[in-house]
Amino acid sequence: MMATMNMIQALNSAMDVMLARDPDVLVFGEDVGFFGGVFRATEGLQKKHGLERCFDTPIAEGGLIGVAVGMGAYGLRPVVEIQFADYIYPAYDQIVSEVARLRYRSAGQFTAPMTIRAPYGGGIFGGQTHSQSPEALFTHVAGLKVVIPSNPHDAKGLLISAIEDDDPVIFLEPKRIYNGPFDGHHDRPISPWAKHPASAVPEDYYTVAIGEAAILRAGEQVTILAYGTMVHVVLAAVEESGLDAEVLDLRTIWPVDIDAIVASVRKTGRCVIVHEATRTSGFGAELTALIQERCFYHLEAPIERVAGWDTPYPHAFEWEYFPGPDRVAAALRRTVDAHG
Amino acid sequence: MTATQRPTVAKATPARQASRPNALSLRIPEPRARPGEMLDFGNLRLSRGSAVERPAIDVQAHEIRDLAYGLIRVLDDDGQAVGPWAPALDTQSLRDGLRWMMLTRAYDERMYRAQRQGKTSFYMKCAGEEAVAVAQALALAPDDMCFPTYRQQGLLIARGYPLVEMMNQVLSNALDPLKGRQLPVLYSSRDYGVFTISGNLGTQFIQAVGWAMASAYKHDRRIAAAWIGDGSTAEGDFHHALTFASVYRAPVVLNVVNNQWAISSFHGIAGGGDSPFASRAIGYGLPALRVDGNDFLAVHAATAWAVERARANLGATLIEHVTYRAEGHSTSDDPSQYRPAGEAAGWPLGDPVARLSAHLVAIGEWSADRHEALRKELLETVRAAGKEAEAVGTLSTGSRPSVRTMFEDVYKDAPWHIREQRQQLGV
Ligand SMILES: Cc1ncc(C[n+]2csc(CCOP(=O)(O)OP(=O)(O)O)c2C)c(N)n1
Ligand SMILES: [Mg+2]
Repeated sequence: MMATMNMIQALNSAMDVMLARDPDVLVFGEDVGFFGGVFRATEGLQKKHGLERCFDTPIAEGGLIGVAVGMGAYGLRPVVEIQFADYIYPAYDQIVSEVARLRYRSAGQFTAPMTIRAPYGGGIFGGQTHSQSPEALFTHVAGLKVVIPSNPHDAKGLLISAIEDDDPVIFLEPKRIYNGPFDGHHDRPISPWAKHPASAVPEDYYTVAIGEAAILRAGEQVTILAYGTMVHVVLAAVEESGLDAEVLDLRTIWPVDIDAIVASVRKTGRCVIVHEATRTSGFGAELTALIQERCFYHLEAPIERVAGWDTPYPHAFEWEYFPGPDRVAAALRRTVDAHG
Repeated sequence: MTATQRPTVAKATPARQASRPNALSLRIPEPRARPGEMLDFGNLRLSRGSAVERPAIDVQAHEIRDLAYGLIRVLDDDGQAVGPWAPALDTQSLRDGLRWMMLTRAYDERMYRAQRQGKTSFYMKCAGEEAVAVAQALALAPDDMCFPTYRQQGLLIARGYPLVEMMNQVLSNALDPLKGRQLPVLYSSRDYGVFTISGNLGTQFIQAVGWAMASAYKHDRRIAAAWIGDGSTAEGDFHHALTFASVYRAPVVLNVVNNQWAISSFHGIAGGGDSPFASRAIGYGLPALRVDGNDFLAVHAATAWAVERARANLGATLIEHVTYRAEGHSTSDDPSQYRPAGEAAGWPLGDPVARLSAHLVAIGEWSADRHEALRKELLETVRAAGKEAEAVGTLSTGSRPSVRTMFEDVYKDAPWHIREQRQQLGV
């Protein structure tokens, strides 16, 4: 049975399905239980599945990831919510030193198969502490997988895959598009997910594989790599520029779908990478390096990065900071016009 | 304590202070004695064994706050077991405990020498603290899950983990169960209920609480136990553990091993001077026991109380073991640089091996000759295991684990980039 869902409903449905299928799945975090989470992603789960399956934790991110490690070692599959990705840093030691390395350092005796969900990204006037995109802090850590969906269908299928994965998954949710796709034109009316084909979501169990990018638009002139909210900004920019661009939604940023990237860039010879995170040492830098290692002799233009500026996320300058469609279109234009 | 001022430590600028009467001044805690000064154990808060009551296991935490400030002791100066905490341990268990403590000590001495001989990079002894791990292993069920630090090797030894396996890990040879990935002494054995030991202090304290929560969620009967050093109680993880253990009534025994030192900083730097570490539990509504950590019987009794309470679903207990790190922190430091040379020998709570041995002698179950015979036997046991492990290899000679395995277990299945990097190394 299909239903029309926004991102929140799709994520909720994924946890609902997994709580029902697997008694070893537990869902917890700050305000996650009775209230259902500040973004309502766990709404109704406690009522339906019971107090012990979906509950509130103390406000101690290091503590709640720490207990998830112990639960994972016991054999459970915790799905934990960090209320905002901006608040994941108190847990960074547990994630980097423990979660990511348990399997390796114990030679496979102990593992921590957990899913760490966190709303991330800007576009909501959240200021410095509700807008960050810290994905590169996790792609840099050996042993973690990092997943970022861009629509309801993928969100549910990827979250189920993450919960079933035997390795820890950092699952970053672009909060700006929880309720509807956002093309970056903040001055225009928002269209709800219901008008988007990816809001058609199976009500039951299904998966979207981790590690596979999606080609959202085939094209010949330039490859665009994006994920999360930026996928929608990029599609708008392509539409408006009239260019024949190929758009890849990475969906899993680590381990990234290298074959899909290489095939596309070798075909187009040009590449623009778009993310909200700050530019320097951002994930775009890794993508740029991978592409030049593998596609150098196919490139006809410098690889461009469109990213957040290297400043903290400023409250009043949301739209100057946010890499919107105009900045993306300008980069596309430069890349397509470049001649060696 | 002598009033002599240490020439090396500059005192607070008296001139400025004098010019500003009633001005604030900053306290930097200092131990009561530094090298060359007289020993001073005046702040130990000792109490007589018989003076500390033993409450029922279902007592309310707030009814026994005094226990956080007292000291549970069983063995008196004559080696007799006295007072309400004297456990009903049969003599065979006591002799087993003595054997495992002595085996741990003999093992430590051999591995310490192995490091000095260049056979491994690093080693940490638990000399003087053997009672903590060994008596606790005896009080826990064999399948209870332990989250130790690097200083509870006695847990593995008391649970019968093969010495050769431990040595293979310390030497990082071809049979190292952890495939050469871990620093020596950071053991891991799922089969023996010992969690992979982290090099990051404190992280496992909260993980043990999670394991215990999982056990409770699954209606299991197993409980968890965790250990942390006095210095590491200052880490957030310690406080997270107390919060979560209290909130979710987790079946876990939380142990602070107060061996007085954290490398070169004394327990007062972790805040142990004004209030004992056990007292931390009070604010969290958890029962606290402060115990003579060099008294095998007292450690066993306190642990058994906490184990029974946890297994009855009454939740966690915090136990502070007052003990003394009789030797250096590790092979990398020289304790004579920061504490008086005679401090270990003068430690008022004595040596756990000598005290348990004296008790067995006092009750007619042991003798000096048997003690010496056992010491020699264990020396031989350790020597034989050492020969076997070293024949396989050491960090500097012989066979190592296959380099190819370096790329395994980062993920369950190696993604493309790991496979590619393995090929780049040519393995
Ligand atoms: C998070 C972290 N900080 C610092 C260190 C370095 N370090 C290793 S052992 C140690 C002292 C620990 O003292 P304590 O907790 O009292 O344990 P003990 O060694 O006395 O058993 C320090 C500072 C570390 N391993 N991890
Ligand atoms: Mg210490």
